Amino acid sequence: MASPNPSPGDILETAEELRWKVPPDFQEHLVEDIYSESARIAGRNVSRPGQSTRLAWQSKLDRLLTSRLTGFPILIAIFAIVLWLTIEGANVPSGWLATVLLDHGHPLLKSLGNTIGMPWWLSGLLFDGMYLATAWVISVMLPPMMIFFPLFTLLEDFGYLPRVAFNLDRVFQKVGAHGKQSLTMAMGYGCNAAGVTAARIIDSPRERLIAIVTNNFALCNGRWPTQILIATVFIGALVPPALSGIVAAASVAGVMLLGVALTLLTSWLLSRTWLKGEASTFSLELPPYRPPRFWRTLYTSLIDRTLFVLWRAIVFALPAGLVIWLISNVSIGDQTIALWMIHGLEPLAWVMGLTGVILVAYIIAIPANEIVIPSVLMLTVLFTGMHDMGQGAGVMFESDDTTLKTLLVAGGWTTLTAINLMLFSLCHNPCSTTIYTIYKETGSWKWATLSTVMPLVIGFILCSGVALIWRFLS
Amino acid sequence: MSASCPPTGCATCGSDHAAVLKKLGLRLDKWDYVVALAGNPNTGKSTVFNNLTGLHQHTGNWPGKTVQRAEGGYAYQNKQYKIVDLPGTYSLLSASPDEEVARDFILFGRPDVTIIVADATCLERNLNLALQITQITSKAVLCLNLMDEARAHKMTIDVRGLSRDLGIPVVATAARQGEGMDELLRVVSEIATGQLVTAPHRLAIRSAPIRSALLKMSAMLRETFPSLEPVEWVALRLLGGDPAIINAVATDTLGGLPGTSTTTTTNGVNAKA
Repeated sequence: MASPNPSPGDILETAEELRWKVPPDFQEHLVEDIYSESARIAGRNVSRPGQSTRLAWQSKLDRLLTSRLTGFPILIAIFAIVLWLTIEGANVPSGWLATVLLDHGHPLLKSLGNTIGMPWWLSGLLFDGMYLATAWVISVMLPPMMIFFPLFTLLEDFGYLPRVAFNLDRVFQKVGAHGKQSLTMAMGYGCNAAGVTAARIIDSPRERLIAIVTNNFALCNGRWPTQILIATVFIGALVPPALSGIVAAASVAGVMLLGVALTLLTSWLLSRTWLKGEASTFSLELPPYRPPRFWRTLYTSLIDRTLFVLWRAIVFALPAGLVIWLISNVSIGDQTIALWMIHGLEPLAWVMGLTGVILVAYIIAIPANEIVIPSVLMLTVLFTGMHDMGQGAGVMFESDDTTLKTLLVAGGWTTLTAINLMLFSLCHNPCSTTIYTIYKETGSWKWATLSTVMPLVIGFILCSGVALIWRFLS
Repeated sequence: MSASCPPTGCATCGSDHAAVLKKLGLRLDKWDYVVALAGNPNTGKSTVFNNLTGLHQHTGNWPGKTVQRAEGGYAYQNKQYKIVDLPGTYSLLSASPDEEVARDFILFGRPDVTIIVADATCLERNLNLALQITQITSKAVLCLNLMDEARAHKMTIDVRGLSRDLGIPVVATAARQGEGMDELLRVVSEIATGQLVTAPHRLAIRSAPIRSALLKMSAMLRETFPSLEPVEWVALRLLGGDPAIINAVATDTLGGLPGTSTTTTTNGVNAKA
């Protein structure tokens, strides 16, 4: 101890010794001191006229939005309205984009390729594969995103999300999960990878893992367009045109609610099996409502969400278009690779009430859910041989809602296929980015694998069950 | 028009803040000072961050929006500042990963200035964190944000009295409207350059056994880690058996900067852009 500079080991040793001489609860006392000091300083420098800490209209709105009676109906109504506005509003610009990029843009590029003497395979790869895949993604996804994301962001900035969390808190506690999981779920509605990262706000590792593993049941940016499109083309078409928008919106809202139900179910299962434990309590702060700054919100949601998702979709659509074109044009034996895959998966797909094409599309779309629909369409053209509608094998072709439906029906689609695709889109493996994020956040391949396999199993059970009942009834 | 004052004079004059603030966004390869933004969740840290850097990090109205550190930069009076937006926390006792991120950065990252963003409408709870931060670093300024909401609640806050009680400068702001940001910039630069020396109010420890233990620990720490600033705080954590601090002492990283080596650009969705 006489040495002039104590080593780190000496310091720790001394701390260890001294720890026995100080009161064991001294840290709590220090924290209490800080709290009483804060109260003293605040009391001395803040003066408020009344006792009310919240504005009257805010308390009234809080009671309405978080009451047991009205909380959930309002929540469902708000989401249904947002979805309906998206579905109704996206049709027109979608058609407009399809006209520019597909009806005119694609033939222009093809003829340009011919003029400069491009070989058929190069123009096929570039224009029929990569360009069309990208153009399809833009015209299908951009309009709904430009309506849906700003609406969602406006709700978020207004302060509605913590109220949703408050409503769901009781339910999450009941299934043994953390109430803050509703916030990570809300984040997942934008992007599951972001939702997984957001689970850091949950303190207990057990509940954090539950939040991470179940986040995939929150429909993400990449899956909303699939849901909205299929609901519009198939489900909305089952009723008279005047009602179709509402019915389509309701069916998407239904899938979203099913996702919430599955989140709760799997959380409950996990907290009873691998992740046993009690739900920890926490205090959730309801922040004041703040009128969103409209133009700023539009701007940030355009930059942060719309362009981000679109960029990601395009980045993944380019190689996917390439891959689809290649497997559709390269043959092994007597048929192309794509046909081998489609035929091979057909029996499994039949059990699930899907088609082989859909399963192949989901394999191609592992990097990004955004490209599921373009891949389905491209492969359907190939599979049905409806070349008069498209431009050849593996060509993603131009279409509006009616020709889209005609094509899909020719590809063996029924209402059952549409319903099961919506279900499978909810319950299948997360995209590769999300899987990697789960690995990074949990530091274990075990949890990443479970998060990947569990939704697939549930999706399989769900789709097969629906198919079984559907076939039994009809 | 004849110029009565040379244009260069305006650009260096402290009162012409708009002209001397350059929002650098992410374009920052070197910096003179590091500024940390800390505070309770949902007090507008990200709004202050966006205001200073010109970035458009999304600022949701809910607690826990920022889970990772976000970094950006600005230049003020020819000095470059790197600004780090920390996750919002209620305390620095490191019960959760985000609290740990915030605490580690203030402790190990050694920011030149820490801006403590506080919600003026519920000051008491916000001061809990402010007092914990000023135990670790003295180079801090309280950004009394959401003053517009406080006014809507008809609250009045004695800014000078608050500053006197805390021992650090206090700037009243409404970041959403850009109100008070000029003054904040000025105070930050004064603290960073050493023009303004702060003397935060530290809590007195009444219990005699703790005081003597603390004295002994502090003396040892001062000898081994001469550059360590929050000696008493570290001593208290060691007495309390904080595993992270024990580890930092054992691995001799207490004086080092492990917290600054990992760089996370922005949070959430942006992180992958």
